[in-house]
Amino acid sequence: MKFLCVECDRQMTFEERRLPGDGTLAAAFKCPACGRVVGLLTNPMETQLVASLGVKIGGSTIAPEPLETIRSQVSTGREGAFTEDTPRTPHSAPHWSSEAEARLARVPTFVRGMVKKIYADYAKERGIAEITPAMMDTARTELGLEGM
Amino acid sequence: MPLRIRTYHELTEADRSGLGAQVGAQRRRVAERLVPVQRIVAVMSGKGGVGKSFVTAHLARALARAGRRVGALDADLNGPTLARLLAAAGPLAVTGGAVEPVAGADGVRCVSMAHLLEDGQPLAFKGPENDAFIWRGALEAAALRELLGDVAWGALDVLLVDLPPGVARLHELLDLLPAPPDVITVTIPTVESADAVRRTLHAARERSARLLGVIENMAGPQFPGDAGDTLAREFAIPLLARIPFNPGDAVWQALGGRL
Repeated sequence: MKFLCVECDRQMTFEERRLPGDGTLAAAFKCPACGRVVGLLTNPMETQLVASLGVKIGGSTIAPEPLETIRSQVSTGREGAFTEDTPRTPHSAPHWSSEAEARLARVPTFVRGMVKKIYADYAKERGIAEITPAMMDTARTELGLEGM
Repeated sequence: MPLRIRTYHELTEADRSGLGAQVGAQRRRVAERLVPVQRIVAVMSGKGGVGKSFVTAHLARALARAGRRVGALDADLNGPTLARLLAAAGPLAVTGGAVEPVAGADGVRCVSMAHLLEDGQPLAFKGPENDAFIWRGALEAAALRELLGDVAWGALDVLLVDLPPGVARLHELLDLLPAPPDVITVTIPTVESADAVRRTLHAARERSARLLGVIENMAGPQFPGDAGDTLAREFAIPLLARIPFNPGDAVWQALGGRL
């Protein structure tokens, strides 16, 4: 899927992605010549189809987690299905605020370990010292973590 | 004057989404993960209830007892039974960016959707129910891809893949693997089973999978027929075993010796 600014005959570039929470996936693309911005909006079925392929519109800066699609998409996952390894260098791990920990605690255990690692990797990659709900929202949007 | 719109392939600027590249990376992940696996053998049948998982489990154990390093992937996502047959209970350990298979009976390394689902619950996905028929197949194919590519199978002499009835999952497996697997087909003696299994044998052969042979399971007076011999003759492949109800270890050992 690519977007062309027909007037400028230039390929538009990905700008940002948003997941407002109603099943919509919104992605903005901008013409590098004239600056015109268009929005791609998918309905919940189309959003799910993208998720089913295990791909992310706009790409991703962090490596996929093992069984990421299964863990993020299965609704009948077993509690305690996984034992997660612990980071070898816990001192370098970002700090979780109490509000972020409370939010993480609401994630089902089937997917919680993976979600925790994704947010921690996101923070480490960007030199973020503390994980907060606001940072989680940003990461969720940037990484396309629909359903996590 | 009509607008001049270039085609998709005429757009050559950098594409940050790189969806094609993402799919390519998924395929490479599977291929790289399976490099240490010497041989992949799919156990299939066109018909349900012929004992594919039973055969897979006992064949895996026989091979392991003979000193082979054996993995068993339960690709029956909606009716997983292989973990129980191999006494391979979870949880699954996530280590170093991969999931470790569970060592079951005779050391067979197993991963099954049964490890991932709540007991008694069907495989169900999040998402809009009204349109589930559109994306469910894609999600199941993605799940199979992850069970191949995200599991640290390690060095194996053989990875047995237990397929569900029908031919759909075989096609998905063939699409995901870097090379077609060897295939063992399980039937029961009846003519109805032969009819169903024949279709999957044709499908496997058309996709260049190597047909190792046919196993006739549940042989005996309960099921009249000669499906095993018929299919072996039609496809010029060996009848690897005729397995009665309640077979002993010697039957499995002999079957393992033929692989």
